Amino acid sequence: MSSETKQILTTDGIPLEVSLKKAEKKNKIKAFLLVAPLLLFIIITYVFPIGDMLMRSVDDKMVTEMLPKTFKSMEKWDGQDLPPEEVFEAFYFDFQKLIEEEREGKLSTQLNYTKNGFKSIIKKLRRKSKSFEEGNYKEQIMSVHRRWADVEYWRAIKRRAPAYTYQKYLKGIDMYENEKGEIINVPEDRRVHRILWMRTLEIAFFVTVFCFLMAYPIAHLLATLPMKYSNLLMICVLLPFWTSLLVRTASWMILLQQQGIVNDFFVMIGLVSDDNRLEMMFNKTGSYVAMTQILLPFMVLPLYSVMKTISPSLMRAGKSLGGTPFVAFWKVYFPLTIPGIGAGCLLVFILAIGYYITPALVGGASGTLISNQIAFHMKSTLDWSFASAMGLMLLSGVLVIYWLYNKLVGIDNIKLG
Amino acid sequence: MSVNKEFVKFDKVDKSYDGKVLVVKDLQLDIAEGEFITMLGPSGSGKTTCLMMLAGFETPTNGEIYLDGNAISSIPPHKRGIGMVFQNYALFPHMTVYENLAFPLRVRKIPKDEADKKIDKALSMVSLQGFAQRMPGQLSGGQQQRVAVARSLVFDPQLVLMDEPLGALDKNLRESMQYEIKHIHESIGVTVVYVTHDQSEALTMSNRIAVFNDGKVQQLSSPDELYEKPVNSFVAEFIGENNTFAGEVSDISGGKCKVKLASADILANPISVKGKGERTTVSLRPERALINPSDKMDNIHKGKIEEVIYHGDHTRVRINLLGNSEFILKVPNSSSNLDIKLGNEIKIGWNSEDARALDPK
Repeated sequence: MSSETKQILTTDGIPLEVSLKKAEKKNKIKAFLLVAPLLLFIIITYVFPIGDMLMRSVDDKMVTEMLPKTFKSMEKWDGQDLPPEEVFEAFYFDFQKLIEEEREGKLSTQLNYTKNGFKSIIKKLRRKSKSFEEGNYKEQIMSVHRRWADVEYWRAIKRRAPAYTYQKYLKGIDMYENEKGEIINVPEDRRVHRILWMRTLEIAFFVTVFCFLMAYPIAHLLATLPMKYSNLLMICVLLPFWTSLLVRTASWMILLQQQGIVNDFFVMIGLVSDDNRLEMMFNKTGSYVAMTQILLPFMVLPLYSVMKTISPSLMRAGKSLGGTPFVAFWKVYFPLTIPGIGAGCLLVFILAIGYYITPALVGGASGTLISNQIAFHMKSTLDWSFASAMGLMLLSGVLVIYWLYNKLVGIDNIKLG
Repeated sequence: MSVNKEFVKFDKVDKSYDGKVLVVKDLQLDIAEGEFITMLGPSGSGKTTCLMMLAGFETPTNGEIYLDGNAISSIPPHKRGIGMVFQNYALFPHMTVYENLAFPLRVRKIPKDEADKKIDKALSMVSLQGFAQRMPGQLSGGQQQRVAVARSLVFDPQLVLMDEPLGALDKNLRESMQYEIKHIHESIGVTVVYVTHDQSEALTMSNRIAVFNDGKVQQLSSPDELYEKPVNSFVAEFIGENNTFAGEVSDISGGKCKVKLASADILANPISVKGKGERTTVSLRPERALINPSDKMDNIHKGKIEEVIYHGDHTRVRINLLGNSEFILKVPNSSSNLDIKLGNEIKIGWNSEDARALDPK
């Protein structure tokens, strides 16, 4: 029996396991202290912000806290007809408190996200409510504006009652939950996000393909050329890396615009006529060209590091055994570069899917990506919770791709160097 | 059936990589069908370059190589049908042993059942039956090397090239692999061109050895002739151990010559000296010199023992003889070795026939 196995003792009579732990303890503490700054850094700058983002995307406490009495009285309301008097009364008192704290503006912004038209009627209610008399608040509020007498607006308020909501996620894929709790699509002419998601995936996919097609021969050259030339080529690959992203994007703008160098050249060699210059910027073409150029090193470097380790004698062996150069390449060389291809494609795709500055500058209306939309909500509409929700959707999309990749290729097959 | 004496023919082959230095100079070499020929030489002597030109990975700068009568310079490597074993094995790491061996058969479109038979045969030849489904990474160095040998033979090439195939193995394994390769060669009669810098490997395995130095074949002959009758001082120095005396020919007559050293004259066998006054290096194998020689020997001189090194089956004795303090003697360990003690003066003798007067270094 294993429980009867004799305990092994050290020469001093201490159990071996205890002694080993004691001896290793110091090293373990040392190792932990070495890692601790990085661990702390990751927690503070990565885990915490993402957790906060998750909370923010589902957090709806703000309205819940602003209208506590209203929501309590609304519990009994079935949402069919206009709410009873006590709801109006509760709403009035909640509202008065908000006016005292000067927070009614925030309420109007929040309610406006749920349903357009709240902003003006809340402003009006604020003005008029100063002269309200005690009692019969339903009549008085309804008389401020006809929308206050519209049951739709009261339903909209009720929808904001729960402290947590997944509305923002639904909005991210152009859906919403209606008054009856059904999840339905927004009208076709207002579906912007789905187009953006699809475009983001499409651009990321094609940029990855273009990068792969261009980087493979470069990386192969880098790995096989004599040191003298390969160093120079390596510098050519890395030079853009050392240049500011903004400068590179701006130079693409100079090159690609209608009066730009590329178009001038095309006109000069007679490829296009002067009055029919190509539109290569402020559309998808601009995004493709600039992003491919900018992300190319991320594909070249993993490929290069893998190709560098492949012994040239393998190709020679393939040829000496009777394989044509193509067969030797396809059966011997190419399979050995798959770890590098996997790493490069994953890297480029993930970077491309969240790309922001370049599409913003050269993408125009038809070349912007989901991250531009996120930035728009962060900066312009100030709907941070919606921005967070879309950010998280992007993040989970990346995780899904990572998972798929692991299923198909195996994450152990990745090699970055 | 007559054997093709010129199965492989290097005809006035020159090779230069940079247009300044010739790596291979005017190579003239015929290899007979079924022969095991070794290219032996120090690194940088041009032997691997010759092999690569034969395999088709390098093109001759001048001259032509013929395989079975056909000029092959313009034939790409994959059409030459030459098997090759590489220094670092070059097994395809992402394929099993079976797939590695199937590769040359598949590209030749050999049907699967026939291919399987060939693979079985090749694996049993290197005694690796049952290893077909392993990955190369799961095999030891020796096993990998055997797979590489099997792969180079599986498509029945007429010619197999081996580029220092045993360089990465430890000594014992290397020796047993030498015999194994030799036996495979004998049993299937394939022509083998083998490159190595290890002279004992070359002596053990080959029918003929081409000693390379400085881009040239210094001597091409059978192992025994190479050892016993080196034609110049490089070969004498490179193959086996060697005692040398540098001097000047003072007399030459009747198949013997007299060489004047600093302190005495010795008699030697004139190999590459023609007349009086020439500088020469006299080469003598350690085992051809004896202690307490019989009076029949025509060179008898006295020397002082400087060092004694015990080697198990024999003892190496370093003697200061005729001004050469590096003179080595190999004394078999028998009971009759009397005076071998440090500092003793002993008599040493050898026949002038064994002392070869070669070119000066």
